[in-house]
Amino acid sequence: MTVIDVNRDTEALTLTFVAEFPEPPERVWQVWADARQLERWWGPPTWPATFDRHDFVAGGESRYYMTGPDGDKAGGWWRNEVVDAPTRFEFEDGFADADGVPNTELPTTRTVVTLTATENGTRMTTVASFGSLEQLDQLVSMGMEEGMRLAMGQIDDLLAA
Amino acid sequence: MVIQELSEAEADAIFRALADSTRRDILRRAIRHEQSISSLAERYTMSWAAVQKHVTVLERASLIVKERRGKEQIVRANLDSVRRASLLLDQFEQLWHERFDRIGDILGSPAEAPTDTGVPLDSAPSDTAPPDKEGTER
Repeated sequence: MTVIDVNRDTEALTLTFVAEFPEPPERVWQVWADARQLERWWGPPTWPATFDRHDFVAGGESRYYMTGPDGDKAGGWWRNEVVDAPTRFEFEDGFADADGVPNTELPTTRTVVTLTATENGTRMTTVASFGSLEQLDQLVSMGMEEGMRLAMGQIDDLLAA
Repeated sequence: MVIQELSEAEADAIFRALADSTRRDILRRAIRHEQSISSLAERYTMSWAAVQKHVTVLERASLIVKERRGKEQIVRANLDSVRRASLLLDQFEQLWHERFDRIGDILGSPAEAPTDTGVPLDSAPSDTAPPDKEGTER
């Protein structure tokens, strides 16, 4: 996997991530479409995600929770808005309570995933959009802190190795 | 449109400053309200000097500013909206970096053919690839 480009637009509040994989789009699409594969990468290794619902069609919904080292659970939901295999997927991602019920008061993230066939495989672009600086702030302080801390911990481990 | 980017050195200092949960917590509090060092020290059951050290790291990364007010030292966040947005987006960038890495691992692992083929992984011919225990039990 090669990261081609990362772009932060601090005015539009979007984060664009572009990477290339040697596999064809049909294969890369599976990491989104297949819940069992999806749950191997969506959450950090110490907060793995479990998708107990993954209705991967336009208008379908997904429900998941991430389980922390102490057994704590953090719930989330997706509303799958555009599902065009194997090229385009758009979804809204939000927080859910312990029973998987979406919390509509908390901010959501809209993400557009595009897969393009290249000579050497697939270029995958994800564009995440945030509603406002306040929402972004809230997202980071709520859900992302754990992922952030663990990601940092993993980097520390790598550096120490 | 000009997007203000952080220099490498600036980014390094910020990354180092945020690599500690206490410092992230101090910054989060300071973004919402200015804080006195003594009130922070009470909150973390940590000595005044220890908090002062954390504050100095955040100050070097230009994330907070410190001022003396009477007997108190007050810290507040030093973030304009562009900088704040950049910092927050940094955290998502990190998250997606990790995710893409993991996707790369899944795709690159020969034992991980699409699971919808209906063929159990164990039934793969043994002369092509032995079960990759190291790769799967992480």
